[in-house]
Amino acid sequence: MFYRENGQFKTSYRADQQIFGITQDRVGVLLLIAFAFIGVPFLADEYMFRAILVPFLILSLAALGVNILVGYCGQISLGSGAFMAVGAYAAYNFFIRVDGMPVVLAILLGGVFSTLVGIFFGVPSLRVKGLYLAVATLAAQFFCDWAFLRITWFTNDSASGTASVSDLQVLGFAITTPLAKYLFCLSFLVVFGLLAKNLVRGAIGREWMAIRDMDVAAAVIGIRPMYAKLSAFAVSSFIVGVAGALWAFVYLGSWEPAAFSVDRSFQLLFMVILGGMGSVMGSFFGAAFIVVLPIAINQFLPVLGHLFGFNVDTATLTHAEFIVFGALIVWFLIVEPHGLARLWSVGKQKMRIWPFPH
Amino acid sequence: MGFFLETLLGGLMAGMLYSLVALGFVLIYKASGVFNFAQGAMVLFAALAMARFAEWVPLWTGITDNRLVTTSIAFILAGVVMFLVAWTVERFVLRHLVNQEGTTLLMATLGIAYLLDGVGQTIFGSDIYKIDIGMPKEPIMAFESTFPGGILINKEDLIAAAIAAGLVILLTLFFQKTSTGRALRAVADDHQAAQSIGIPLDRIWVVVWCVAGVVALVAGMIWGSKLGVQFTLSTVAMRALPVVILGGLTSVPGAILGGLIIGVGEKLSEVFLGPYVGGGIEIWFAYVLALIVLLFRPQGLFGEKIIDRV
Repeated sequence: MFYRENGQFKTSYRADQQIFGITQDRVGVLLLIAFAFIGVPFLADEYMFRAILVPFLILSLAALGVNILVGYCGQISLGSGAFMAVGAYAAYNFFIRVDGMPVVLAILLGGVFSTLVGIFFGVPSLRVKGLYLAVATLAAQFFCDWAFLRITWFTNDSASGTASVSDLQVLGFAITTPLAKYLFCLSFLVVFGLLAKNLVRGAIGREWMAIRDMDVAAAVIGIRPMYAKLSAFAVSSFIVGVAGALWAFVYLGSWEPAAFSVDRSFQLLFMVILGGMGSVMGSFFGAAFIVVLPIAINQFLPVLGHLFGFNVDTATLTHAEFIVFGALIVWFLIVEPHGLARLWSVGKQKMRIWPFPH
Repeated sequence: MGFFLETLLGGLMAGMLYSLVALGFVLIYKASGVFNFAQGAMVLFAALAMARFAEWVPLWTGITDNRLVTTSIAFILAGVVMFLVAWTVERFVLRHLVNQEGTTLLMATLGIAYLLDGVGQTIFGSDIYKIDIGMPKEPIMAFESTFPGGILINKEDLIAAAIAAGLVILLTLFFQKTSTGRALRAVADDHQAAQSIGIPLDRIWVVVWCVAGVVALVAGMIWGSKLGVQFTLSTVAMRALPVVILGGLTSVPGAILGGLIIGVGEKLSEVFLGPYVGGGIEIWFAYVLALIVLLFRPQGLFGEKIIDRV
């Protein structure tokens, strides 16, 4: 009843080519962004920012990048952790080696380096497909793990192998409080989210989807596989690299290569698949699910244990976390293999015809 | 020369162990088209079961003087546990995911891997355990007359290699000579055609996961007796992945040869190339090797040729 495009006539090309064609969508997104910038800072407390919101924002940015590659272009990648690491370490080196380097520029330059590495490791995708490619991208992951651990130049020859940054400032504002960190990450996410949304509906996004659906047929109708695949790798690893730099600079502060291990790659892939492949919205859902789930299990299980008279120690808790996490993933794949984004689109469809079911 | 040969042999032995894990991947992929990321978790689970049963069986039965008997009982019990795992996986996961895309199945096996890690450590404990199946540990010297100093060979490695070779022969016989093996090969060729001539798909999947479970058990036993049973054992899957890719996802001989190539390559590169670039390169060497091979043969060394059709 309220969510309909009926009567919304487009009278100019400009109106026809908006990112969000339906007025309700446009208003909804604007309200959501306004709420995130103005409403959330009043509602959330410090713990909420530090433990949930900041990781959620950064990881959904990373998941968005992975979704472009895996969900839109169909190239399964298990090397996303490595691209995050490249972004983080490149940004770190720019930040400490160049005097007066602004933080935002350093982070974006980290993304640029990540793009270069991403294109390099994307070259095999021109010949290798599917599961073989997934394993091939692991080469990137393990090589980067090793390089950042063993080549001390990357970590500025620090004795412990830990890289750390402090004193982040943007235009005179210090990014030290959880609220400032939240707003900083949110700005990045909003900009990149809108850019990605715009990109995937354009010519290049349609090329990616054609390659994903059937690459031979796409090549036959004149889409260049090399250009499409490598551009997907480039865009994806740029976003993932920026997310990696944010993760290191804003969330961690000081970090080791283990922060970007193969587990991180798996985690990002989980987010994309649970959230919904080929959906910008799905990346956010997936990231929220994966970030909140372990925290929820951690809080909930001891309570449940007390209820039944068990005393849950930390080892059991870790194992229980594994079990619940694994079981939920399997259950989820069985009941909704297309991810949370599918539920979202079903809900939207329901809203269109509400209150009449037919 | 002696040192080179020793390194080579060490590489072959390590490669044998990689092959064992890789074999589990190939078996399941061939028969069900599922790329089973849980193979590493299965190795850990089986090894944990084996280690703990070997501890518990003497307590339960009161046999303390005959280790061969208790170890055999433990092995059988662990085998039963792996059968239960296979049945559960088929009944509660795979059956509901028939006809889903490859990535969905891949994710499901990752979920299973988490589950197995959690359940295994909850039931069997999460400390470091030892598996002692009574393999002799002392090294022997060989070729002392040919080279000065000869070559040190670990007896344990030799026995492990013999067990692995025996397992491969058994599997080959099983696949080639028994009717179940024929059914398995039929399912691998074409699910629908196999189903239409009356091969029960769900039973076949249980059988395949069982076989993969037994392979995981043997692999876990050998790895476990060499390195101890602990959580890091589940990461051997990560070491075995390039082996499968190098040899080809659909080829059993490929898994074995791939394992040997990677094992030797890792050891030789670590010893002769490692010092120049800072060491520790065996983590990525296998992957880069597999990647380079893939650039020339996208289906791996022995995999079936991939034909693109529109």
